[in-house]
Amino acid sequence: MPALKRTPLFAFNQRHGARFVDFGGWEMPVQYKSILDEHRAVRQRAGLFDVSHMGEVEVTGPEAARFLDHLVTNDVTKLFPGRVLYSTMCRPDGGVVDDLIIYCRGAQDFLVCVNASNIDKDVAWITAQVTGFDCRVRDLSDDFALLALQGPAAVAILRPLTAAALTTLKYYHCMPGTVAGAECLVARTGYTGEDGFELFCRPADVERLAETILAAGQAHGMELAGLGARDSLRLEAGYPLYGHEISDTITPLQAGLGWVVKLDKAGDFIGRDALRAQKTAGLPSKIVFFRTGDRRIVRAGTPVLDASGPVGVVMSGTLSPILNESIGSALVKTGAGELSVDVRGTALKLTPVKPPFVSLPAKL
Amino acid sequence: MIVRPDCSYAKSHEWARRQPDGTVLVGISDYAQNSLGDITYVQLPKVGTVLATGESFGVVESVKAASDLYAPVAGTILAINAALNQTPETVNKAPYDGGWMLKLQPANAAEFDGLLSPDAYAKQTS
Repeated sequence: MPALKRTPLFAFNQRHGARFVDFGGWEMPVQYKSILDEHRAVRQRAGLFDVSHMGEVEVTGPEAARFLDHLVTNDVTKLFPGRVLYSTMCRPDGGVVDDLIIYCRGAQDFLVCVNASNIDKDVAWITAQVTGFDCRVRDLSDDFALLALQGPAAVAILRPLTAAALTTLKYYHCMPGTVAGAECLVARTGYTGEDGFELFCRPADVERLAETILAAGQAHGMELAGLGARDSLRLEAGYPLYGHEISDTITPLQAGLGWVVKLDKAGDFIGRDALRAQKTAGLPSKIVFFRTGDRRIVRAGTPVLDASGPVGVVMSGTLSPILNESIGSALVKTGAGELSVDVRGTALKLTPVKPPFVSLPAKL
Repeated sequence: MIVRPDCSYAKSHEWARRQPDGTVLVGISDYAQNSLGDITYVQLPKVGTVLATGESFGVVESVKAASDLYAPVAGTILAINAALNQTPETVNKAPYDGGWMLKLQPANAAEFDGLLSPDAYAKQTS
């Protein structure tokens, strides 16, 4: 087995008591003190995440925008410098190669943030599609570290550390800025449903930046937060995770991501015909978010039943530390009846929920 | 990791502690709660259940995984810690005190000799 990859914050994480897990080939902090406490800190105050494992792919050149618009399902032509866009990137059959976030740094300059476990696959895929477009694709994953500061206190913590106009930076917008002496791309994005920022910076700068934010966050009750809390926060917010709610075999339409599939945008895009056909024919199955009214966690892979028998499978499951009950998502056949699962001999009824599971701040 | 000197231990990380009245309290060790991480659910049997040595008596579940619990000694369940239904995190915070799980009437007091001493358990988990 190849050695696990480490982020430039490995020593920092170790020093601050992180417990590490193998996440898609990366040795990542799953928690520092407690997943549940870190989760609640992000909802109530703030949390700082090392997400430097995420991949960054730069697309630049005269036809960069046109290429990206062909590559992904959302409408890239609407982007302008400083605007950020979430999208899926599909194969011709509508299956998802990855979900990603596009940061428009200039009219011909885009940074695409992709899932860590998919970096090699994505770079190969994107490079294979670029033929015929006047633009350049570069994998800059090793040139960026990434911190996510999330939670209602994020602005108050970051404001003293930068001259950048944080309060006027809108949700899903970005700008270059110097934070605690480190040059960053500052984006008002995140994966928790809370207000907050993601800071792309140089690997050489990230440790000092993280220490400075950590010190500044003390007075606000900020905690370091690991991937455990990141997963339960994203599930409470109803955000998909690649390999769970979306995958090679689950289209964005099935995942409830129709809002990022612009079937009628001006340019053609990869997967359009298959997704249009699926929309016309009707979805064979779709992702259903559920709550259980019970504290037993319904693990991924658990069969989902209705009165007729098996009708689906659980894709994600965790305990919501805010609701104090177990929640999750399942891929369920269209037309299924009342859903239940068997957890160690106990039948739990699944109540469908339109996410988010908890009330989240308005995104301005 | 804390290994309480007044407890005996099973290899499967449960502790047993003799009370002055001859009954036995059972829980999981500090090492076990730390390995499991945040505990979210504890499933315990009914009072009156008779357990054989090593028999599975319940499940302790964390964000990470669900694990079976095994009786360190044989006996009849006199009480369960029902407070863990609402506050399973007590097992993380106080595994040897508020996080106790079962109170047993032991079938055979001599069975304690088969359990690990605090020293032996500390070695196993070091």
